[in-house]
Amino acid sequence: MAKKKETVSRTLGVALALCIVCSVVVSAAAVMLRPAQITNQSLDIKSNILSAAGMLESGMGAEEIEERFQEFEIRLVDLDTGEYVDPERVGVSDIMKYDQYRAAANPEISINLKPSEDPAGIKRRANIAKVYVLRDNDDVRRVVLPIHGYGLWSTLYGFVSLEGDANTIEGIGFYDHAETPGLGGEVDNARWKSQWQGKELYEEGQDEPQIRLVKGGVGSDAQDREHKIDALSGATLTSRGVENLVNYWMGDRGFAPYLNKLREGEV
Amino acid sequence: MADASAKQVLFEPVFNNNPIALQILGICSALAVTTSMTVTLVMCASVIAVTAFSNLAVSLVRTQIPNSIRIIVQMTIIASLVIVVDQVLKAYAYEISKQLSVFVGLIITNCIVMGRAEGFAMQNTPWMSFLDGVGNGMGYSILLIIVAFFRELLGSGSLMGTTIMPLVNDGGWYNPNGLLLLPPSAFFIIGLLIWGLRAWKPEQVEAPDFKMSRHKVKEAF
Repeated sequence: MAKKKETVSRTLGVALALCIVCSVVVSAAAVMLRPAQITNQSLDIKSNILSAAGMLESGMGAEEIEERFQEFEIRLVDLDTGEYVDPERVGVSDIMKYDQYRAAANPEISINLKPSEDPAGIKRRANIAKVYVLRDNDDVRRVVLPIHGYGLWSTLYGFVSLEGDANTIEGIGFYDHAETPGLGGEVDNARWKSQWQGKELYEEGQDEPQIRLVKGGVGSDAQDREHKIDALSGATLTSRGVENLVNYWMGDRGFAPYLNKLREGEV
Repeated sequence: MADASAKQVLFEPVFNNNPIALQILGICSALAVTTSMTVTLVMCASVIAVTAFSNLAVSLVRTQIPNSIRIIVQMTIIASLVIVVDQVLKAYAYEISKQLSVFVGLIITNCIVMGRAEGFAMQNTPWMSFLDGVGNGMGYSILLIIVAFFRELLGSGSLMGTTIMPLVNDGGWYNPNGLLLLPPSAFFIIGLLIWGLRAWKPEQVEAPDFKMSRHKVKEAF
């Protein structure tokens, strides 16, 4: 019997049968579980946005998250002009399907950044960004903007939420990064993140964002304390990365044109 | 091992023939996934499921597998099971599967799984192989859970995400040991555990590979 097992045709037969059985098992699992996975992914993005806006409470179920998220109006913004654009311009039917980070790889709808223009270390930037606006009657009450940039080991992806004046920070949160646990990884620390609330991006009459992460804490009488945030201890490079990426995205090549229009009430 | 009882097959790998502590297999994931208890428990459940069912499947077809491609056959079965486990986690435990990221996929390369398929399931009946898989998975799990217990408690002051010792960063008193959140610390803990286990069961101590000979040369002083 041992000899019969070793013929070429038998070996091929066993390999083929095994491949068929295994691929059926794998594809069945993938197809059957797909809807649940898609729900999870979209729920994850939604809860990240709510969390940056300070609207996520612990223990919120899937339905409550969906419900809170419904309050947001989702828009696409042309970063150069600051105007809203139609989803058709980026070739998607459903606005939720537009992925800004994937679009950054498409030369038709993104630009290359020179090293001097790229403090956040992102190399390419999509021309169109997806923003989430919360309105109270007709006034903008809150706007949540996607931000990303390089820290020490990894690109940090997150959201920053601004108040209706498009200047005061409401909250910040990073949902994906691989900084050192316990040091740079403390960007996830709720206590640290709570410092951002109430900080102001711009100096009166200026376009350049002024956020600074400083060492040694921000005293109650520190100069310019409305722009200063205590840096993460033991994580100089992550802190510098966060400072650069926030200033980049709130600056000229980021959301500044849009925020200007928002402040003027033009969009 | 053909006459080993089911109980022996199931519990032998937990302390007497622990895959990590005695066979020193599967160390990679033991370093990577043990920073928090919740993540570790999910990883352990996944590994137990994969070892058990790959052993079962390999054992079921063991008489049919041509010898020349047996490793490839085992690998294909293991890989398929791992993909299924990964898909299930993504569908039902999304948060944790995000934290485990590539390490679920890397169960494929976990030497314990392949080692048991080749070393046990190829010679034994399906039921025994299944138990052997569960047993080895438990042996792996118990060590990981102990490591994760110390790493999460001393590294983040919490267990299963519940704060036990409030951290200085959150306004508490405990200054966490950051080293325990980094992979090398798992080496120290596993080393100490192996030492403890071998002190308790001296028959696991390996014979020395060599012995220092006496110093014979006369030094010039």
